[in-house]
Amino acid sequence: MTTTQPVVPLAHGAVRLRGVRKVFGGRSAAVTVLQDLDLDVAPGEFLAVVGGSGCGKSTLLSLVAGLTDPTSGTLEVGGKVALMFQEATLLPWLTAARNVELALELQGVGRSERRDRARHLLGRVRLGRYAEKRPHELSGGMRQRVALARVLAQDAAVVCMDEPLGALDALTRDQMHDLVEDIWLESRFTVLFVTHNVREAVRLADRAILMGGRPGRVVDDHPNPMPRPRVMDSPAVATRAGTLTQSLKEEVASHDQSDYFVI
Amino acid sequence: MTSPTTSSSERLSRSREPLDVPEPRGKRPLDALRTFGAPVVAVAIFVTAWQLLVVSGWRPDYLLPGPADVSERLGTILVDPEFWPALARTLSRAVVGFSVAVLIGTAIGLAAAGSRLLRASIGSLITGLQTMPSVVWFPLAILLLGLGEQAITMVVVLGAAPSIANGVLSGVDQLPPAYFRLGRVLGARRARLYRHIVIPGALPAYVAGLNQGWAFAWRSLMAGELLVLIPGASGLGNRLAFSQEFGDATGLLAHMIVILVIGMIADRLFSAWSLHLRRGRGLAADR
Ligand SMILES: Nc1ncnc2c1ncn2[C@@H]1O[C@H](COP(=O)(O)OP(=O)(O)OP(=O)(O)O)[C@@H](O)[C@H]1O
Ligand SMILES: [Mg+2]
Repeated sequence: MTTTQPVVPLAHGAVRLRGVRKVFGGRSAAVTVLQDLDLDVAPGEFLAVVGGSGCGKSTLLSLVAGLTDPTSGTLEVGGKVALMFQEATLLPWLTAARNVELALELQGVGRSERRDRARHLLGRVRLGRYAEKRPHELSGGMRQRVALARVLAQDAAVVCMDEPLGALDALTRDQMHDLVEDIWLESRFTVLFVTHNVREAVRLADRAILMGGRPGRVVDDHPNPMPRPRVMDSPAVATRAGTLTQSLKEEVASHDQSDYFVI
Repeated sequence: MTSPTTSSSERLSRSREPLDVPEPRGKRPLDALRTFGAPVVAVAIFVTAWQLLVVSGWRPDYLLPGPADVSERLGTILVDPEFWPALARTLSRAVVGFSVAVLIGTAIGLAAAGSRLLRASIGSLITGLQTMPSVVWFPLAILLLGLGEQAITMVVVLGAAPSIANGVLSGVDQLPPAYFRLGRVLGARRARLYRHIVIPGALPAYVAGLNQGWAFAWRSLMAGELLVLIPGASGLGNRLAFSQEFGDATGLLAHMIVILVIGMIADRLFSAWSLHLRRGRGLAADR
């Protein structure tokens, strides 16, 4: 990384990317996935990231979460990052409670304290009664809530969510929207939320960024000052989602269409 | 940022529990019947076929005795004062050899799983060893260690360890890449990644390796006891060999049944362990 030390230290929960470039594969097979990516996320902000398939949204989150390093440019994150995937990736040999406890144990939290905290966190995602169940005994939505409790256990300043609700049915997803919003309102961590669902972005986020592909960068920025709580099926959400969908379609159409697929 | 118009506690209380509550699953009474019923049927088929062969007169009675004679002999063997020490000796050889194989096989498997270089070099060596019948090691083992317990142990270990190491390797290979990403996100590296994610994740394949390793250990041991007689320390295999030398077909078959039963009990134990693991992870098919 060609990091020049920032003059002002980054605030807790803030994320700053400057001229970030990410190239996958070496020499002949090199693919530039992200280029000239600038992004500022304020502490406590709920940011939605939308864009055509393959434009580099997951790569962006991997960079912020520190799973890979940028090829060039600077990336700064104020505090710890947690990452939530589309699949819950719970460990199937552990109960729901032990899955949450593992995140605490790896931070060095003592046995009795982590037991109490895991119970409390499962209560927050309204799974208190399912603490002793194994993942295969839970539905997809419940598993994703256990994963949410585990993210909370990490006590991160920034939470990255990569299409966390993409595999859920509409009703369960609505419930998850309420839950995610409630928890975020209580805890006020920063959220980077990747979604294919434009309405979901409008439902949840303070701001949505639109990413363009080949190579990926931020092409549009849509602040969303609508009051909360927002109702997914309300006309106001639909109108705003329509605008966002329009710019998404324009962005995708400006490239070779065969490379993209928009829902 | 806009302020919420509803307080979050209000919101929480009006949210409902989800509709998707998993069905509680009780114990199935048919399980017991399946576990014990199948072996009974197998034994019945086997005994009937055996009896038919005897009745057909293919071989005279003194060479091929029927199930009734053999089970009667089994009764006398079980009260023979020399039988139990021989059984104990054989079992202790099996347990010692298998335990050493578990230690060595697991250590080699873990080392190879953790290093790409070791993996490449040792992986094919393990597979090669597995294709070789372990009895082939006996002449060398006897030459190196003399005609004694150590030679038997060596061959048992060489028979079982490759399967166990292979179990570790395939367990690690089969881990979903998502587990490793999860480990990184949670900050589990090296030893802690192994302890919390890699080892428990690889356990089902490891148990399958242990099961196979035990089967090879048991075979190697029986071959060894047929080949190696340690004076004053004979095991089941040696007793089998004596029966053949004395032309005692009934005793021979009775000992074969003992060996078969021990093998089946061990296999049941490993299968039960494996099923328990897979059920706990939701991997066992519900039939
Ligand atoms: N490890 C990798 N090696 C090589 N190429 C990669 C790698 N990871 C991602 N890519 C490429 O980078 C591009 C962006 O991938 P990414 O997963 O970030 O897209 P995405 O926006 O998350 O797509 P989707 O919406 O379908 O999840 C894709 O063209 C992909 O092929
Ligand atoms: Mg993606």
